[in-house]
Formats: sequence, C-alpha cells, structure tokens
Amino acid sequence: MLVDISNLRISFPGRNGPSRAVRGVSLSIDREKVAIVGESGSGKSLTARALMKLLPDTATVEADRLAFDGTDILGADERAMRRLRGKRMGFILQDPKFSLNPVQTVGDQVAEAWRLHKGGGKREAREATIDLFAQVKIRDPGKVVDAWPHEVSGGMGQRIMIAMMLAADPELLIADEPTSALDATVQAEILRLVEDLVSRRGMGLMLISHDLPLVSHFCDRVVVMYAGRVMETLTADKLGHAEHPYTRGLLACLPSLEAPRRRLPTLSRDPAWLEPTRTTP
Amino acid sequence: MTTTDAIRVDDLKVRYGDFEAVKGVSFDVPAGGSFGLVGESGSGKSTILRALAGLDRSGWTGGIAFEGRTVARTRDRAFFRSVQMVFQDPYGSLHPRQTVDRILCEPLDVHGIADTEKRIARGLDEVGIPQAFRFRYPHQLSGGQRQRIAIARALILEPRILLLDEPTSALDVSVQAEILNLLVDLREERGLTFVTVTHNLAVVAHLCDRLGVMQAGVMVEQLSVEDLRLGRARHPHTRELRALTVGLEAP
Repeated sequence: MLVDISNLRISFPGRNGPSRAVRGVSLSIDREKVAIVGESGSGKSLTARALMKLLPDTATVEADRLAFDGTDILGADERAMRRLRGKRMGFILQDPKFSLNPVQTVGDQVAEAWRLHKGGGKREAREATIDLFAQVKIRDPGKVVDAWPHEVSGGMGQRIMIAMMLAADPELLIADEPTSALDATVQAEILRLVEDLVSRRGMGLMLISHDLPLVSHFCDRVVVMYAGRVMETLTADKLGHAEHPYTRGLLACLPSLEAPRRRLPTLSRDPAWLEPTRTTP
Repeated sequence: MTTTDAIRVDDLKVRYGDFEAVKGVSFDVPAGGSFGLVGESGSGKSTILRALAGLDRSGWTGGIAFEGRTVARTRDRAFFRSVQMVFQDPYGSLHPRQTVDRILCEPLDVHGIADTEKRIARGLDEVGIPQAFRFRYPHQLSGGQRQRIAIARALILEPRILLLDEPTSALDVSVQAEILNLLVDLREERGLTFVTVTHNLAVVAHLCDRLGVMQAGVMVEQLSVEDLRLGRARHPHTRELRALTVGLEAP
C-alpha cells in the first residue's frame, strides 16, 4: 500500500480551545488514481500535507497509522522526509505562477530538479529536460527550455511543473487543485495528461479537488470529505449512485447546461455528519 | 435601436499599448434582459465589463449607451445610481476594516440619501442576512455571506442595471447555488437588467437568456441560452466550450 492513513486527526490551537480540522480520516491509496473531494474547510489539503509532513508547527497531528509505502510518517525525522518528498512523492499545486521561480528559465529549474535526484552533468540534464518536456506534450521542447516563467501560459506552466515532478520518478503524485487556475479547455488537457502519465508509469495519484463531477472522469475512486471527515468512498463510475446525502447534495446543487431548473436545491447540512459513526471500508 | 434597450454597445474597442484586448464588439441588452459574456481568460470579457462600469477611463473607443443615453469614459454620480457592479472575490471587494453597516452606508452617504436606517435593514433582509450581522466585520462572515453583502451594497442605491463579474466562481458549489438563486429572485422582483461575465457555461445558462462568446478580443457568436442548450451553436469555439461542459457535467 502506497498511502495508508488510519484515524488521522489534525488540530490547531484556537481562542476557544483546539479547533479540530481533520477528525479521524482513514483512507488508503495503492497504485491507483484516487480523488479527494470536498468544499473549503473539509480538510482535504491538510490530509495531503500531513502525509508530506508539511504542516505548520502549530498543528497537532495524531493518527493510528500514517504511512507512505511502509514508512511511518509521524515518526520520521526531517532527513527521512527529505528522502521521500519530491523523490518518492511528487507534488503539484494550483497555480504554476507561484510555483516557478520568476528569475530562472523554466528549463534550468527542471534541469536542477533532475540533477538533484539523478546526478549527472549540465548537458545531460538539459537533454533530460527536453525529453521530459516532450513527455508532458510541450510542442516545441527545444525552444521552451529557454523560456522564462512569465513567457509561458498557465497550462504550459502546469506542464512544466509536471515535468519537474516527473524528473525524480516518484511513485505517488499528490496534486492539489492542479487545474483550478486554468481555463476549461486547458483543464481537461492537463488532467488527461496526468491520468495518462500516472497510468503508464504505474504511479499512485492523490488528486485533491473541489470539483466532484470533473475529477470523477479522471480517477478510479473518489473520497468525499466534509468537515474533517470522510463521508463516503466510492468508485468513480458509481458517483451517480452515491448514497451519502452530502455527496448527492453536492451533485444536485450544480447548475446544469443540459437540464435547467429554475431553482437550485441547496444543501441542508445534517449535524449528524459531524458524528464519528461512519467507518469507511 | 429601440428605446427599451437597457444597454447598447457599438463597436467597442479597448487597447492597452500595442495590444488590442477588445476588437470591435457590439451587442445590446433589452431592459429586464440578462446577457452573459463567456470566454476563456484573456478573451476580453472582463475588459468589456470594466468599460461598461466606467472603470476603464483611458483606453476605449466606440459607443456605450445605457437606457438610450450615451456615456463618456468618466461617469457622473447619477450614473452609479442606475448601474452597479458585483465583483468576483468577496474577500477582496469588501473593506476589511469596515463593518457591514459602514459598507452599506457608504454609497448612501456618497449620494446624499437620508433614510439609511430603513434602507440598510431592508438591504440585509433582501439578501437573507440577519440584522444581527450588521455590526460585524467581513472577516467574521463566510464567503457566501460576504458575497451577499457585496450584492446588498450594489442594490442599496436601487440601480436598474447590475454588472456581475464572475459572481460565484470564488465560492463553494453549495454556496454558489444559494447565490444564484438569490440573483435570479432579485432580478425577477426588481426587473433588473444583468450583464454577467463568467467562464462557466452552466452558470450562464442558469442566469442569462442570451450570451456572447468571446475569443481573442472578438465576439465570435451571439446566441440564446436555449440555442446553446440544444446544441445549435454555429461557431467552433462555442461548440468546443459546450462540448467540454456537457462532457464533464455528468459524473
């Protein structure tokens, strides 16, 4: 099992005692594509960050089990984490504009990542970069290596981030809202690319998103989170038959081009969803 | 042109230096109508809205008329009593150091309107915000509540035309549904005219009756929401955007 999380709890100190942001999340990811979906504040990003041990010092993290490929994350020190992050767990974020260094060419940044993980000389790294750019389907890779971050579009920027992530040959890709800053036409292209690369390389994918219908097209399983808990886990093709009222509510409240309604149903949140009754398989 | 047109845009061009962001766009919106501007980022849709709102004071040429009256680049105070705007990000569009009360008072003060008490109370009611929230600060409100306040602020001068720039794209989908319902209700009750900029075709279909599709500064097609829904779009870009929405809409 690549990712094994059992009863994960994350809290932050607050004025009225600790605020519990993640309240007992259990999930596992093998070499498969899993989407974690929820609205803001559901704890989906915190869960991913706990796995990479990238939470701020103020966070209290507890779990019955939090492991990456057998390595206990809670007990791992910073040196051990550095051997995992980037190298074995790749990470891409929402907006490439903020992830790329503005004063270094995009090719140099990817080459630097490649040399860090693979060693080798500058020329070799440049060739590897061009090859990686071709893999993420950048049309003119030999030209784009010398481009500056401000010269590339959002979609191209995200392809570059994916290339940088691939440089280390990680086993798991954690993508946190990787296409939310992109146009619809580009969004689908990037998700298709990610899906294709992950499948071909036999990697695991943890795709974090607020867009339930969108991600269901690119994943095997969907984990639906609300208020720091997992509401339900289901295979992507069963989304239309979701059982939990929260999942059904999320799908129902979307406006539709094809099936118009004068009023959109709104979610009524059941306080019972906050109770730790449900266990997910 | 008929006298019932609330908005008429004629050959609008917007240029920033050498870059022509809007390349001669024309459309009109009848009074009480709801027009959507859709397109991808950089297509010029928000630039058109800014020119309409009077926020672009330098670069545009062409004609813009509201309710039959041509407007200049700078607008007088009376203009803002009939045309108001709601912005995308309620986290950025409300003053963080002002209470809800102060935020709603400001337009009334600027326009020298007296019955502030009554208007603010009614304004909060209309957008479904409890009166108890009146002396709270924006950071004490959720994203949906903030957008409701932004809508209340736009409506407090009782404008006839509302310009909406991605009014729900910074919100969670469950909150988006609430705000869309609110906007539909308000438009119906007050007979408002809407122009909405969005990248989301489903939102346009819900909120508008006609739309213009922007691509690289050109309005490549104007059509009714009905035609869009039934797949009667002619331009390839409209068809592409529609296919993406339809393909990804259903789980």
